[in-house]
Amino acid sequence: MTPADTTKRVLMLHAGVIAALFLAQFVLPEYHHGVLARVMVLAAYATGYTLLFGYTGLLSLGHAMFFAAGLYGAGLTVYHLGWSPPAGFGAGIAAGLVLSVMVGFVALRTTGVAFMIVTMMLAQAVYLASLYFGEWTRGDEGIVLTQAMRTFEIAGATIDLSLPDERFNAALILYACSLLICLAVVRAPLGRVMVAIRENEDRTRMLGYDTFQAKLMALALSGTLSAAAGASYALLFGYAGSTFASIHYSIYPLLWVLLGGAATTLGPLIGTLAITYMIDVTSGFTSAYLLLVGVMLVLLVLWSPNGLLGALRDRKLAWLP
Amino acid sequence: MAALEPLLTTRSLSRRFGGLQAVANVDFQVQRGEIRAIIGPNGAGKTTLVSLVCGRIPASEGTIVFEGEDITGLPAHTRVLRGIAYTFQITSVFANLTCHDNVALAVQRTLLSKQRWGRLDRHALTAEVMAALERVGIADLAAVPAGKLSYGHQRLLEVAMGLALNPRLLILDEPTQGLSDAEIASFCDLVRTIAEEATILLIEHNMHVVMSLAHAITVMNNGAILAEGDPASISANADVQQAYLGG
Repeated sequence: MTPADTTKRVLMLHAGVIAALFLAQFVLPEYHHGVLARVMVLAAYATGYTLLFGYTGLLSLGHAMFFAAGLYGAGLTVYHLGWSPPAGFGAGIAAGLVLSVMVGFVALRTTGVAFMIVTMMLAQAVYLASLYFGEWTRGDEGIVLTQAMRTFEIAGATIDLSLPDERFNAALILYACSLLICLAVVRAPLGRVMVAIRENEDRTRMLGYDTFQAKLMALALSGTLSAAAGASYALLFGYAGSTFASIHYSIYPLLWVLLGGAATTLGPLIGTLAITYMIDVTSGFTSAYLLLVGVMLVLLVLWSPNGLLGALRDRKLAWLP
Repeated sequence: MAALEPLLTTRSLSRRFGGLQAVANVDFQVQRGEIRAIIGPNGAGKTTLVSLVCGRIPASEGTIVFEGEDITGLPAHTRVLRGIAYTFQITSVFANLTCHDNVALAVQRTLLSKQRWGRLDRHALTAEVMAALERVGIADLAAVPAGKLSYGHQRLLEVAMGLALNPRLLILDEPTQGLSDAEIASFCDLVRTIAEEATILLIEHNMHVVMSLAHAITVMNNGAILAEGDPASISANADVQQAYLGG
């Protein structure tokens, strides 16, 4: 297969996935329609996460701080300052970009376990800050964005993000953009350098690459995509609370990505979808549903450590990005 | 006169690791276009010296001048762009990437440094990757993951990655270690063709390889230069024989 053929296949696959998600809204029953919208926002988060974890090999245990930066960047400006949803979305992305660059300068001085701990500590600081400034964030209770706050006009049309169809399609646009950005990055020279750093950082430096700069770019991209997902979450589901800054929301993207396939573009979507439904189904008949999900994850990691798509790529489809 | 200026000069270059003086006050020069071998017993400081030159290890004291400019404070990746390429003693190719992708990383670096922030020309990339693999004779293995190659082929891939950086100074750290006699012979031929374009600094234990390739030999012992000269004078040198054979 020539490189041009591979490119064509890859583009068709990704366009096909986006088209399938678009068509799903016409056939899914109301409940699953809502679940899928939520899954797409969280999959966008996981897609941002895998740029750093899967492709660059940096295991962050603090990505909730970037998700929360977007969530509060959008939530607080819309709630307290009366900004329109698009302006709030912009504020969320800007907050994520600034935070991820700052975190990068501190955390990227470390590697391995120290990097995990530093990112986890910084995320914990963000979580505690969200509780400390309870006057504005209302801590665990959170702030609720009303329907009026989530409605805006663009090109003469009124868009109300609290309506299911608008919400679904906004989530789809977010996910599609994240997916295509991720695909473009991993196929670009930067993506090749990110993978090289994951495989052998010392060798990459001796090929003339400023590995600190490349890791900082990967972290900034990853943090900003995560923040975009967080901002969308606040605007689409009308709620911003401290729970989303807690350690759980740093661990979730790791689990979604591990299940779907760490260094794959579509793995985050598959992992998020699978785990969401695993929890949904098992919680229907037992209160120990997290135990069941945990056992399934352990089995999966034992049986296929590269995740679902990773296993597929190893066995059949070597061209998967 | 520029033509007589050495490519590389070190002045009182030193490196300590705790109490161990790995390289001590080394004044060392490499002339343009030569193949220079560095020999010496294990622990003599050969790898530390070239690591100081390529920037993997910072110097404790002294200066390094390359192409007339002081590079002592530059980070390793900047030195690579200036033309110093290092091939690792312990083969460290990217095992999970194909040979093509291994070399593509090096080619991409040179292409991007020529046209900053420009788009990478994929055709030029592929052409240069294949040219580098062709030169070391493993073009037919382009699609094979580097980790699946034989040891000898991995060493050749290392050299191809070094070549793809278009170096002015190529540092080969024990390149023939672990190769068969037949592989060593063709490796020597390869080094001679590379030497037509680049200066080569070779750390090597195999004296047959050193004697047949080197224009000049530097002998190190205990972190210092013991002797320097052409192959004939080095093999006749009594100090060198004592350092190697004891006595």
